[in-house]
Amino acid sequence: MSAGHRLAPPAAIARHTLLLLTGALVMVPFVWMVSLSLKPPGEIFRTSFSLLPEEWHAIENYTKALTEVPLPRYMLNGVIISAAILVLQILVCAPAAYALAKLDFRGRDALFGLVLIGLLIPHQVLALPLFILGYNLDILNTYAALIFPFVVSPFGIFLFRQFFKSIPDDVVHAARLDGLSELAIVWKIMVPMAMPAVIAFSIFSVVSHWNDLFWPLIAVRSESLMPPPLGIMAFKNEEAGNDYGPLMAASTLVVLPLIVVFLAAQKWFVEGLGKGSVK
Amino acid sequence: MSGVSFQNVQKSFGPVSVLRDVSLDIADGEFLTLLGPSGCGKSTLLRILAGLEAQDSGSVSIGGRGVDGVRPKRRDIAMVFQSYALYPHMTVAQNMALPLRMRRLSPWQRLPVFGRLLPGTKRAGGEIAAEVERTAKALGIGHLLERKPGQLSGGQRQRVAVGRAMVRHPAVFLMDEPLSNLDAKLRVQMRTEIKELHKRLGVTFIYVTHDQAEAMTLSDRVAVMLDGELLQVAPPQEIYADPSERRVAEFIGSPKINMLDGVVRERGLIDVAGSTLAVDIDRDQGAEVTLGIRPEAFHVADRSGPGALTGAVRFVEHMGSDLFVHLDMPGVAEPVIARLLAERAPQISAGQTLHLGVRPNRALAFTREGARIRPRVQWTPAAGATVTHLREYVQ
Amino acid sequence: MSATAAPLRNVERARPAASPARTLKLAEALAGYMLAGPAFLLLIVLFILPVFAVFVIAATDWQFGARSLDFVGLANFREIFGDEGFRISLMNTIVYVLIVVPGTVILGLAIALLIESGRSWRAFYRAVHFLPYMATLAAMAIAWEALLHPTIGLLNQTLAALGLPTANWLRDENTVLPVLAAIGIWQNLGFAMVLFLAGLKSIPQDLYDAADIDGADLWLDRLVNVTLPMLGPVTMFVVIVVALKAFESFDTVQILTQGGPGHASEVLLYTLYRESFEYLRTGYGASVTVVFLVIVVALTLIQARIMDRRVHYQ
Repeated sequence: MSAGHRLAPPAAIARHTLLLLTGALVMVPFVWMVSLSLKPPGEIFRTSFSLLPEEWHAIENYTKALTEVPLPRYMLNGVIISAAILVLQILVCAPAAYALAKLDFRGRDALFGLVLIGLLIPHQVLALPLFILGYNLDILNTYAALIFPFVVSPFGIFLFRQFFKSIPDDVVHAARLDGLSELAIVWKIMVPMAMPAVIAFSIFSVVSHWNDLFWPLIAVRSESLMPPPLGIMAFKNEEAGNDYGPLMAASTLVVLPLIVVFLAAQKWFVEGLGKGSVK
Repeated sequence: MSGVSFQNVQKSFGPVSVLRDVSLDIADGEFLTLLGPSGCGKSTLLRILAGLEAQDSGSVSIGGRGVDGVRPKRRDIAMVFQSYALYPHMTVAQNMALPLRMRRLSPWQRLPVFGRLLPGTKRAGGEIAAEVERTAKALGIGHLLERKPGQLSGGQRQRVAVGRAMVRHPAVFLMDEPLSNLDAKLRVQMRTEIKELHKRLGVTFIYVTHDQAEAMTLSDRVAVMLDGELLQVAPPQEIYADPSERRVAEFIGSPKINMLDGVVRERGLIDVAGSTLAVDIDRDQGAEVTLGIRPEAFHVADRSGPGALTGAVRFVEHMGSDLFVHLDMPGVAEPVIARLLAERAPQISAGQTLHLGVRPNRALAFTREGARIRPRVQWTPAAGATVTHLREYVQ
Repeated sequence: MSATAAPLRNVERARPAASPARTLKLAEALAGYMLAGPAFLLLIVLFILPVFAVFVIAATDWQFGARSLDFVGLANFREIFGDEGFRISLMNTIVYVLIVVPGTVILGLAIALLIESGRSWRAFYRAVHFLPYMATLAAMAIAWEALLHPTIGLLNQTLAALGLPTANWLRDENTVLPVLAAIGIWQNLGFAMVLFLAGLKSIPQDLYDAADIDGADLWLDRLVNVTLPMLGPVTMFVVIVVALKAFESFDTVQILTQGGPGHASEVLLYTLYRESFEYLRTGYGASVTVVFLVIVVALTLIQARIMDRRVHYQ
């Protein structure tokens, strides 16, 4: 926007001042969380403020977070659930999106209509009937209950379809002439060509499900199945807010993986979560 | 008055030098075209004049007043953009009124709702509306004032962009490829309108284009640019008939000028393509030169021998009144193209041998490095024999 | 949508009786069913049938686990709209949305404008402000609780040091909702910022050049004449998307307040959760779900309309 306008020094200083200020305010909860996770209880409950502890208690806090509750288990669950959901979503959505984008068959428009309706529906609305369904199938309190409701993503189908449509039909025709089956076209031609969409969708999906509290809260009870948000909530309820150090350490560990990946692949994250806004 | 002068202007974007030491004086009321292929720096030069870009070194003045560091607003210029850059959310009337509002209303008066309450805003607003309407009527867009740009055709948008530039009577009009987004027919029509506008307003016009036809038909003078350098600044006929160097000769004219390497046999005679042509240049025997012969400088000769070139016809393109004949000539790598009047050369077909004479004074000599070697008798517009046909040839 | 397979269809049209064309078409349709079949079935099972089920259950007095149920028509809806608790929850949600949306949109826009107004450190500022949006909210809620703690929290310590009044932010019914809304703004403003940054990037540089030449070269004139009007459609879009996110907020309430004190921070989704899954009042919960669905669908449809009209400047 301002290619022709290099900011005058006072304006540039004002810009940095304001942005550093808002940036600092935005970072306060993160900083406070990490700061508390390094302190011994005595310092936490002292009514004076310091960023770094006088007496480092980091190892105790983090050890406690990792041993007192099954935090590694929560994290592993998070990885298992997010990865399983993502893989299944792509397995289900990419072929459907290809059929919607490139094949002609009766009922295609109706199917796309279903996808659009699916896009309209927030997942929380489905919680009650899916809970009942899960109860009747006797899969509540299993990984299946955490994964199954999400295996089809209307947003994924929609996004992939948009991307596949932008790939010329000739590519499909050429692949058919080369003897590829339709399924092979999906996995060997379309998905690799649609990598940007796949990456964007993957980030959207993983972030959503790693962070999801609502459905796991409904679907599982046993500690060994809890994903990180639910686990951290359970930890907090157990501790009843008395032992802040380990709790903050646990929170830090839960938040950390996504932030690290985010900082490494910022552009993709911003794009993926921005695209997710049509959902 | 409002001439424009560039003195030793240089500009680079990072490591890329886009303008190398450009100096150019443009007279008050002149129509000057900056012509060159895309990326030659012509738009950058215009943007520097407008104040949208700052030069690295050198100076720019408008009407004898240095404008370096002066904001665009205070340079008394107006500009028509290639994309028109109309504000899509404003009506035509609002678009055209904006430059006047910005100049005549105080910052307080310009405030969205509050400004309307201030004394004087209403009166000034009324005057502005009246002027906008007058200008719009003059351009034949009076009936479009309440529409938004999105509802207009390409030609109408173009007129609105001109109207927005015209409404405040600038001393200098800048146009950056204003016709390139129009279809061919409309382009020709708008070309005429721009020419008439220039006549009527009588102010300085600086026009940027990559289209030779526009440059040739519109301009008092054309400035040919390439790779950030000004190669030649001259009236259109002169650019065409008396290019200052090989690059100008090759850029102007379509089909492209034929370039044939030759050697001076003796003073005034050059061996080229297996024959000998008379070209009156001041070079000694043995000097290596390149002759540039425009396709339309050829005519059919009855026989081979001195003064005529001989070649084998590769193929013939029929263009209606003209024929483009492509020939292979001995010692010439690229096919030579001759543009012949169809009625004078009725039966030419592929494979046949053809003798071509060159019209007097129409072979342009260059050094192998590309510098022009002027004939001993200097070129004048009167001497440029066929320049009258120039306009149709460059189309 | 139907243009993709046009070549094949043309072949068929040209020779309607020829069997090779029909065979090809059949094969293509078959492939279509095979590829889209799983997604189709799953969409039906996981989306469409459940939504119907919600409407059906909402018309019953079913309590989860009960062996029998009766159809009660719209009685559940009469009950929830007559229910003080639900009305409070709905009002709380609306208040929450009315704080979060303007706060998020204005701050997001301001930060986007600030970032875009210069060239240095853009990626850094963008990353910092975007961080809360992708950080696990359940965990960050716990950090916020520590921050808002009445005695050891940073906020009260700072206020006390400045001689300002302090509060028990999450336990005071006057402050709890605004504080939750502030967390909502904190979480979403980076998201709004990113959308605005994309919007700013799509404004053609030519318009700013034209504004310069027309004399609109002061910051405010450029903002009023070019930037804000050009961001109009994006802004509408951001408003709706943020409103949707605000309506769906749950984690902070669940972790920090459980709807308390009293019902002061009970929001729609929390009511839905509690009625359906804690009190197991399934019919009632389904009715709340229907209300929630209606609001969200209405907002989404408005958003779709705006997306369609986004091109209206072109």
